[in-house]
Amino acid sequence: MEKNINITLRIWRQKGPKEKGAFKEYSLQNISTESSFLEMLDVLNEQLINNGEDPVVFDHDCREGICGMCSLYINGHPHGPDEDVTTCQLHMRKFNDGDVITVEPWRSAGFPVIRDLMVDRSAFDKIMQAGGYISVNTGGVPDANAIPIPKANADEAMDAATCIGCGACVAACKNGSAMLFVSAKVSQLALLPQGRIEAARRAKAMLSKMDELGFGNCTNTGACEAECPKNISITNIARLNREFIKAKLKD
Amino acid sequence: MWLLNSSIGKKVVMSLTGLFLILFLTFHMSMNLVAIFSAEGYNAVCEFLGANWYALAGTAVIAAGAVLHILFALWLTYINRRARGKDRYKVSERPKEVEWASQNMLVLGIIVVIGIALHLYQFWFKMQFNEITGILPEVNPHDGYALIAETLGNPIMAVIYLVWFAAIWFHLTHGFWSAIQTLGWNNKIWLSRWKCISNIYTTILCLGFAVVAIYFGFIA
Amino acid sequence: MAKTDITPEAMEAKTQQEAPQAATQPAAKKIDSKIPEGPLAEKWTNYKSHQKLVNPANKRRLDIIVVGTGLAGASAAASLGEMGFNVLSFCIQDSPRRAHSIAAQGGINAAKNYQNDGDSVYRLFYDTIKGGDYRAREANVYRLAEVSNSIIDQCVAQGVPFAREYGGLLDNRSFGGAQVSRTFYAKGQTGQQLLLGAYSALSRQVKKGTVKLFPRHEMLDLVIIDGRARGIIARNLITGKIERYAAHAVVIATGGYGRTFFLSTNAMGSNGSAAMQCYRKGAYFANPAFAQIHPTCIPVHGEFQSKLTLMSESLRNDGRIWVPKKKEDAEAIRAGKLKPTDLKEEDRDYYLERRYPAFGNLVPRDVASRAAKERCDAGYGIGSTGLAVYLDFASAIERLGEDVVRARYGNLFQMYEKIVDENPYKTPMKIYPAIHYTMGGIWVDYELSTSIPGLFAIGEANFSDHGANRLGASALMQGLADGYFVLPYTIQNYLSDQITVPRFSTSLPEFVQAEKDVNARIAKLMNIKGKRSVDSIHKELGHIMWEFVGMGRTKEGLETALEKIKEVKKEFWTNVHIPGEADTLNVELEKALRLADFIEIGHLMALDALNRNESCGGHFREEYQTPDGEALRQDDKYMYVSCWEYQGDDKEPVMYKEELKYEAIKVQQRNYKQ
Repeated sequence: MEKNINITLRIWRQKGPKEKGAFKEYSLQNISTESSFLEMLDVLNEQLINNGEDPVVFDHDCREGICGMCSLYINGHPHGPDEDVTTCQLHMRKFNDGDVITVEPWRSAGFPVIRDLMVDRSAFDKIMQAGGYISVNTGGVPDANAIPIPKANADEAMDAATCIGCGACVAACKNGSAMLFVSAKVSQLALLPQGRIEAARRAKAMLSKMDELGFGNCTNTGACEAECPKNISITNIARLNREFIKAKLKD
Repeated sequence: MWLLNSSIGKKVVMSLTGLFLILFLTFHMSMNLVAIFSAEGYNAVCEFLGANWYALAGTAVIAAGAVLHILFALWLTYINRRARGKDRYKVSERPKEVEWASQNMLVLGIIVVIGIALHLYQFWFKMQFNEITGILPEVNPHDGYALIAETLGNPIMAVIYLVWFAAIWFHLTHGFWSAIQTLGWNNKIWLSRWKCISNIYTTILCLGFAVVAIYFGFIA
Repeated sequence: MAKTDITPEAMEAKTQQEAPQAATQPAAKKIDSKIPEGPLAEKWTNYKSHQKLVNPANKRRLDIIVVGTGLAGASAAASLGEMGFNVLSFCIQDSPRRAHSIAAQGGINAAKNYQNDGDSVYRLFYDTIKGGDYRAREANVYRLAEVSNSIIDQCVAQGVPFAREYGGLLDNRSFGGAQVSRTFYAKGQTGQQLLLGAYSALSRQVKKGTVKLFPRHEMLDLVIIDGRARGIIARNLITGKIERYAAHAVVIATGGYGRTFFLSTNAMGSNGSAAMQCYRKGAYFANPAFAQIHPTCIPVHGEFQSKLTLMSESLRNDGRIWVPKKKEDAEAIRAGKLKPTDLKEEDRDYYLERRYPAFGNLVPRDVASRAAKERCDAGYGIGSTGLAVYLDFASAIERLGEDVVRARYGNLFQMYEKIVDENPYKTPMKIYPAIHYTMGGIWVDYELSTSIPGLFAIGEANFSDHGANRLGASALMQGLADGYFVLPYTIQNYLSDQITVPRFSTSLPEFVQAEKDVNARIAKLMNIKGKRSVDSIHKELGHIMWEFVGMGRTKEGLETALEKIKEVKKEFWTNVHIPGEADTLNVELEKALRLADFIEIGHLMALDALNRNESCGGHFREEYQTPDGEALRQDDKYMYVSCWEYQGDDKEPVMYKEELKYEAIKVQQRNYKQ
């Protein structure tokens, strides 16, 4: 049931990418447990603005768990302590009266901090540009039902395709690896006949871009899968490995 | 060369050397068990694997595998630490689905290496190496049984070995299926199967080693 | 540009007689909305056969700015890039993949007739026109239905993992306002999958170098040179720098303005500012009052709330909507004394099935929303506020089993449970209508060109295809139709005579002036140094909009709204407080710039709603309803698109009419009962 709680926030404040950051504490009274975590931060920012201070900067947009814009490392977990949700869907009912909540940005060399809790995830776009597509132009394609696709494959491709590109996998990984993200895309397209044709090229191009951008490598801890708000499976990583090794052996 | 300059390539080296070392451990464990049943039998094995060309070649390959595994581990860890960035999380919690061992493979590996150093000094150095160089004339390189009885007969040493085996157990429960995963032989059905096989196999392996240590340390 | 079909009419006059036009200059009529000659079904083919094209070598020399990277923007930028144009693609998010199209859940329509249930291009066209309550342009809608099939082909080729049957072929589901199953879907994440498809096509062009991305850039003004759109002024949201970009044509694909209401299903960053910048530079704003209120959203529950979450319309395939039949039961439920599951079948009022037997729970959105409001206003609402109705899956679970329901809607149920903390498999969902989509937008002709040459508008940002109400699963269709298959053709007709025009320098006086104006506007905002946060004023605007310009509008209410919006405007421009500096990252400044425009849009919406003395689609004027509470159109007076032209900050805009002519369809009262 709805109730109000008092909490203390310990939030990472950092002016810019080059500047030194530090934690700052804020206390908030009467936060409804029905509000979302970001709505709680809205309340904090309203309070800060009214006190003439700079509001806390954080990324967010759709607030329904699909755009992948929100991030935040809350009490030791990307997207906070709840399961299978993004930060915007995390609700304050997961916290208790008197809690101290530590909020940090994604920390990874691949995601430099822009300000406070906002990080630069453009590396993901660069990885996608390296080969995360099927090379077809608009128009001149066959009828949608021309190539039947086994339901199991289509469903598995869909599961991989649910990745929202939020970067929680990188944030959760002690190696700062983007393998779950890369593998989800490689997997989705490798499972479909349309994407099969370029599968080898895609796996090589996306992986080498990931390496080049300074992400770590996968040691199969599974932290990414555990923290992924969309439950992307690490078996996708196995498929990426397979595609990559096969491609390299053929070269 | 993709095995050197791509992240998956480096991991493939780790996997292949790791699996190879597991295979070696399996043989080693089987051999050790002989000591419980027959001193002569065990010594015969020791003699067979003494300073013969095939045993020496085998030793060299195993050593190369181990060295590669360690060097690549250090290399990968360096890359991974750099990828983590400068600032570390103030609060970090391990999700319950994540095995403890998987996040501490380097630490476990270091314990294993220290154990190996001790083990090599106590056995290999006095046996195969001694046989080639004759550095310790007072020790009979083919009487492995006596060496075991003497070394593990000290209960403290037996306990140290048991701790070492525990570290190996942790290292392999993750390492085994992880190697399979890295080589890409995994999918939704086999993920849990490999993890299960990995646990069972490693447990049998380490129990095999432990039985010998317990037998000589506390029973014989 | 000749205006014959569109006739000037001062707002104050609000004459409701037929404007004296058309007959005098029939030839000029075609120039206006530029509908091609010929029978409806052949117009698009004829157009394509005769339009002017740009040859490949010349395409490289032409620059196109595309603002926005949703379905329309991303697909247009990618397609134009593939053709060889030099494209500059802007978005305010950190990546093009995050545009709000991503949140569309249920599906995308196409007239494939894979289900053999009688679908056809004509039927999709007819349903869309009827669903839009006969306020959409026939030729545009027919073209939309015509290209719908190509969209599905295109998406499958890109690797969009649509749901499939066991035989490997594509599956379909039903959506509101249709009696056929023509909706293609990818779980409850269709928008995401389609956008990722367009985004991947875009990424491919970035790699090829034909498209350059400008993420975290917000357009702040349109630059016009000699009467043509030639560039934009944008703010780099990270550095705060004001930057100039020139091009031969500008495409606006910035979505709708639903967040005027503060609470909506739109993303926090969704805004109508780009559209307003074009409006202020002379582009007509069409049908601003037509906003869609989606019937199935999670109800509002507190003042702290920042947004409303949509529950896909696809849920109405299997879910049944009801309220208690007896008021005392509704009161007991509101007080928490009675559980919905305890209520017997005969004590429930499945009001949509009762009122609309033919379409039942699958009536169009405007009808379903109004019916919910009617029940709640009459005192049958549930939830702590009484502003909610039930969406119940009990009978679907009984009929299909929980597993099937989970496979179809699992992610939506999970989302509901995370937000509301109730298990929808066990207890019915609580839902209530909320602002979701805006049918109104920048006026465009058949070529998707605005009234400013060289300025195009696509997707939700334009007004064209949905009339007064959009059918479910048609927004995705329209966005991709515009971006993949319409604009890439029509824009060439404009660009063909631009090949001799060299690239523009951004140091031209027009750019300098535009940048100066933007800086002045920002400085003005920063210097207010008042006491109130942007959000607090935005919420105030939202309350006014929802109360007076929401689901039930009246003349008095709208007049009140106009007054109150003026007060909000004054409050904003005298008392807003923006912390920080303008020349660096400043989220509050971004919000303030958008709110300044939302206030103008709110005003325009109220003005348009007041002008339209009829009820149609999502625009419901309480004075105009049938005896049984259905929307009552006034076809003789209002069968037109209202096009508003900006006259200056302190002057009321002027309205022109684009009369709508229905040649292929017989206009009738919408009927979802039989």
